[in-house]
Amino acid sequence: MSLLRDFTDKPIKHNPVFVLALGLCPTLAVTTSVRNGVAMAVAATTVLVCANLLVSLVRRWIPSQIRIACYIVIIAGFVTMVEIGMKAVAPPAVNEALGIFIPLIVVNCIILGRAEAFASRHGPASSLMDGLGIGAGFLLAMLAISLVREVGGAGTLWGYRLTPVTAGGVTLLPHVEPVTVLGMAPGAFLVIGLLFAVFRWIGLRRREAARTAAVPAVPKVAADFAKKTSESDAGAGGGT
Amino acid sequence: MTMDVGYAELAIGSILISNLVLAKFLGLCPFFGVSRRTSDAVGMGLAVIFVISIASAVTALIYRHVLLPTTPEHTNVLGALGLPVPEGGYVLVLKTISYILVIAVLVQFVEMVLRKAVPTLYRALGIYLPLITTNCAVMGMALLNTEAWRDPANGLPVHLAAFNGFCGGVGFLVAMLLMSGIRERLAERPVPKPFRDLPIAFISGGLMALAFMGFANLFGIAV
Repeated sequence: MSLLRDFTDKPIKHNPVFVLALGLCPTLAVTTSVRNGVAMAVAATTVLVCANLLVSLVRRWIPSQIRIACYIVIIAGFVTMVEIGMKAVAPPAVNEALGIFIPLIVVNCIILGRAEAFASRHGPASSLMDGLGIGAGFLLAMLAISLVREVGGAGTLWGYRLTPVTAGGVTLLPHVEPVTVLGMAPGAFLVIGLLFAVFRWIGLRRREAARTAAVPAVPKVAADFAKKTSESDAGAGGGT
Repeated sequence: MTMDVGYAELAIGSILISNLVLAKFLGLCPFFGVSRRTSDAVGMGLAVIFVISIASAVTALIYRHVLLPTTPEHTNVLGALGLPVPEGGYVLVLKTISYILVIAVLVQFVEMVLRKAVPTLYRALGIYLPLITTNCAVMGMALLNTEAWRDPANGLPVHLAAFNGFCGGVGFLVAMLLMSGIRERLAERPVPKPFRDLPIAFISGGLMALAFMGFANLFGIAV
């Protein structure tokens, strides 16, 4: 079903951060803790879904010469609503941490990009699903980055301190001294760079595996053997 | 902290200590997107300096004279026209939309003026100008100068806001220039496949940010 595919192929295959490299500013700035990251992703997704839906509904009446200006006004309206909503709903500490990055959702290239590339050419239902899918991908990226930065940089998770866990003499969770730099500005660049490379590496490996699986027009046993060796090669390559 | 900030303090603060890109995470899309070649990076940096200075001044004017409430101590243009801004002001409701409209219009206007008045500069900046509308450094600087300034009840005065915007732009240019130099050299090096292009650029950016952290508390300036 195509509506479902509008949603499902977005979070991983078209991940806005790790594949398209869009919306980098909030991704790096507010991922000091998982709570801030999730709050940012929820706020941005709300704007994205609403803007996608409205742009798709009014797309026939927008003259193409001034379409970008129209999209920006639509997005700015929803951003203002989300900003006021966040002030009412979110805890003050989260609001303070997100700071200017909530109004800055208005210049987030993910949202303008989806309005231009998808919502202006598809129906409301597809656009809604596209917004949800891209939003889910953004949330996944924010979760991954903020998890590394909060656990590694502050030794906490969702604000709770992680204490060493031992069960029956086996250390399940050893005490690790936090690496403070992960929570600061340089740590953000380093973490996203490493995660980006991991994401690419997995993608490269899968493409390689798909290619070697598609090639052999040889007897089945030989093909299986080739596949097995290529898999073990790829596995061994992971350690280097 | 009151209004007594000087030009030198703002300049050192915005260019070195809290660099827009490396400390405040603003304008990262062009920082990674247009830094593959030094000539592109310089073009983008100059275009940003140009727009960010004017945009900072105009948004500071709007903040003072349209968005902030009119009080006996704080008179503004709307108050003088007999349309006093009510208590609480329009900051929460109109700030985002008015700033982005000002920036979008300004970029268009600068583009038109440059095309007529300075065709050489226009050809040099050409393709980078429209991109600046969605450059969060411009909008972020406007917000930092007004609502997020240490004294949000007044914001930064217009002339200082313009100067701070200019310095933020210079900081952006410095970061772009350094980054493009690094990436031009990286392009010729045997980088492992998964790290090629963007991931290694992120890591280089991280190391640059680490170096810029050394400027913290330079001359006792806290920004």
